Amino acid sequence: MDVSSLPVALSSYIGLSLIIFFIGLAGVIFRRNPLIVLMSIELMWNAANLLFLTFSKVYMNNAGHIFAFLVITVAAAEAAIGLAIVVVVFRTKKYVDVDDVRALRG
Amino acid sequence: MIGFFALAVLLIVSAIWTISASKPVYSVVALLMHFAALAAMYVTLNAEFLAVTQIIVYSGAILVLFLFVIALLSSGVAPFAQGPDRLPKAVLPAGIGLLVGFGLLVFGVSNATPLVTAVTNSGSLVGPTGRANVFGSVADFGKALFTTHLLPFEITALILMVAVIGVVMLAGDTAPYVPRVDQMKRARRDMREAILREGGE
Repeated sequence: MDVSSLPVALSSYIGLSLIIFFIGLAGVIFRRNPLIVLMSIELMWNAANLLFLTFSKVYMNNAGHIFAFLVITVAAAEAAIGLAIVVVVFRTKKYVDVDDVRALRG
Repeated sequence: MIGFFALAVLLIVSAIWTISASKPVYSVVALLMHFAALAAMYVTLNAEFLAVTQIIVYSGAILVLFLFVIALLSSGVAPFAQGPDRLPKAVLPAGIGLLVGFGLLVFGVSNATPLVTAVTNSGSLVGPTGRANVFGSVADFGKALFTTHLLPFEITALILMVAVIGVVMLAGDTAPYVPRVDQMKRARRDMREAILREGGE
């Protein structure tokens, strides 16, 4: 199977994934609310997953599916730990702004 | 092809909405839209299991976790209800969305293409989604996950366990109880005195 099994050109998928990834990166850089920063990181995970599945279909090899599954698992773990850190920081500081958090002590 | 570009526009718009929303709750709603569109995109890429996982794990678990944290952080900061109820305004768009989604479902089911058989280099058949044992179906994915890629799957369990322990350590109600020597001595002395007192009376 070759690239023609995709509904549109492969470059469209790569471009879409890149756009979503850089939107997520912009969110990480420019937003100061840690919750929105975490959601932007989720966007970046998902952009990577989209590419895994695209190339999995191009090469008709389901190793990409397995890898995307692992990425989802790690993303879930990351979200849980990130939110726990946000909760802990909020408990000690009473406001949350990623620019003002300098210490990472439990 | 039209489906791809419609989904792409939806994905980009919802991603931009996610990072530009004024409140985290709106970001969660936009992200929900993004994940739903992404799950549809996964179906077009023959990844059925991952499309379902995307809905269950991301939209179901991770976004609810985000909502819980938002609710937890803003509790006690602002009163609950401000202004009129928003539900009547949401009925029309929700109904339209439901109808469009159901129509798409019926369209997709009635236009299912016949099974094409060819063998890929990973040993699975090639064919449309929705059938067992073709590339990307749940059976195909499960077979690969539990045979060829069993070790990564086991490592996944370890990662999740470490994450759970880490979360409990970080955000648990109190720090883990580690008795110091003098505390233990005091507790033992108190207990002994209490026993003596009880016995004396």
